[in-house]
Amino acid sequence: MRQLWAAFAASLTLSLTGCGYNTLQSNDEQIQSSWSEVVNQYQRRADLVPNLVNTVKGFAAQEKEVLLGVTNARAQVGSIQATPELINSPEAFAKFQAAQGQLSGALSRLLVVSENYPQLKSDANFRDLQAQLEGTENRIAVARNRYIKSVQEYNVTVRSFPSNLTAMAFGFKTKPNFTVENEKEISTAPKVEFGPAPAKPPSEVPGAAK
Amino acid sequence: MTTTRALRTARASLLALTLGWSCIAGAEIAVPPLTARVTDQTATLTAAQTSALEQTLQAFEARKGSQLAVLIVPTTAAETIEQYALRVAEQWKLGRKKVDDGALLLVAKDDRALRIEVGYGLEGALNDATSKRIISEIITPRFKQSDFYGGITAGVDQMIRVIDGEPLPEPSEKPVGDTPRISQYLPIIFMIALVMGGVLRSVLGRLPGALVTGGAVAGVAWLFAGALSIALGAGVIALLFTLLSGGMGGRGIGGFYGGVGRGGRGDYSGGGFSGGGGGFGGGGASGRW
Repeated sequence: MRQLWAAFAASLTLSLTGCGYNTLQSNDEQIQSSWSEVVNQYQRRADLVPNLVNTVKGFAAQEKEVLLGVTNARAQVGSIQATPELINSPEAFAKFQAAQGQLSGALSRLLVVSENYPQLKSDANFRDLQAQLEGTENRIAVARNRYIKSVQEYNVTVRSFPSNLTAMAFGFKTKPNFTVENEKEISTAPKVEFGPAPAKPPSEVPGAAK
Repeated sequence: MTTTRALRTARASLLALTLGWSCIAGAEIAVPPLTARVTDQTATLTAAQTSALEQTLQAFEARKGSQLAVLIVPTTAAETIEQYALRVAEQWKLGRKKVDDGALLLVAKDDRALRIEVGYGLEGALNDATSKRIISEIITPRFKQSDFYGGITAGVDQMIRVIDGEPLPEPSEKPVGDTPRISQYLPIIFMIALVMGGVLRSVLGRLPGALVTGGAVAGVAWLFAGALSIALGAGVIALLFTLLSGGMGGRGIGGFYGGVGRGGRGDYSGGGFSGGGGGFGGGGASGRW
């Protein structure tokens, strides 16, 4: 009888292992940790913003709209709680992504505008901040890439046989992944103009030229 | 059980294939194998310069423990230098495991771009701003005058000086990062316990058989791991295993072994140079000249 139980327990463990239950668990954990890294790096960027805005303000206070845009986008990002549950809800995930995308846009506008101020560009503090911002953007890209890979791995497990049966039984669902935010913008070819005024995207910076 | 196994293998190979595909799709330029600290694919440096640089880096690793490497490629085409640098760093695994104190100086000569890729453990001292300064104030002025060797050595010297300011664990004589953990040896223990335990139990009886198996496993574990605590732990595990596993079929345990024996192990080659298993997360800075 004891042997029977042992055999039963062993076969149960085995079938769970074989059907990908453990794989699902470890993939899920992998997603959690890579998501934390994504949030961590976004947070790092958000922390850089106040310093950056202050530095730019010192040299280019007249660029009110751009500065305000960055500050608002930063506030928007801060208002979204990046909880771990976020990755299980596609809507909340999309909202988070939209807010971060907005901040990315606002920051790149700020950097474009700062090109017009030679004094600002040569300021050591600003250059350090710019290097940090660049580094952080790169880290975000890396973290997002790793998140995408771990979600891919998880989703493959959830959807492939026979682990999809286990996933169904235990309620594992496919998780949302990052998408390109400005798919439309990318698909249209960028307009290049050789005007006298350097580095001003035509429609994006409404108040920059005034 | 065999069908489950077969399916699992099929799934694993599918996954491997998927990952393989994504790797192939993403890989424009192959990452060169890591054989030396200085890899020059453009023949920019002379043999003497390469070996001098190599020696500097080697001495630094012996003194501080950090692994630095220099790679010069013609171009990173299609990929940005950041993407390529990270792929190189991920494959080379510079720096000690857990300490993550590796750094890579990558020069894409025809792209006129370079990047310092910094491992997690060095991001404190060699942070983005410092890396950027090393690039824009020390390396690129020399590169602009086509003084590549001068730029690289000056840059590497400055990196070394900066990293010296970072408190890191002492370099050790033994290959680092290979701390023996008992879970790593579990599969071996199970195998031996399974085969020996089964035979000895039927020959000697349950308790003596278990005792002998435990002793033998401890001996083998000691040979493998070279640590007494691990050997004792392994012995006890094998003893309990043989004692309790009653009449359980060998098949079941064999299957279990398949589940456990998946832990990765860093392997160290005797000669040449290899990464210690350090991690990178995209820190560092890039520049152009």
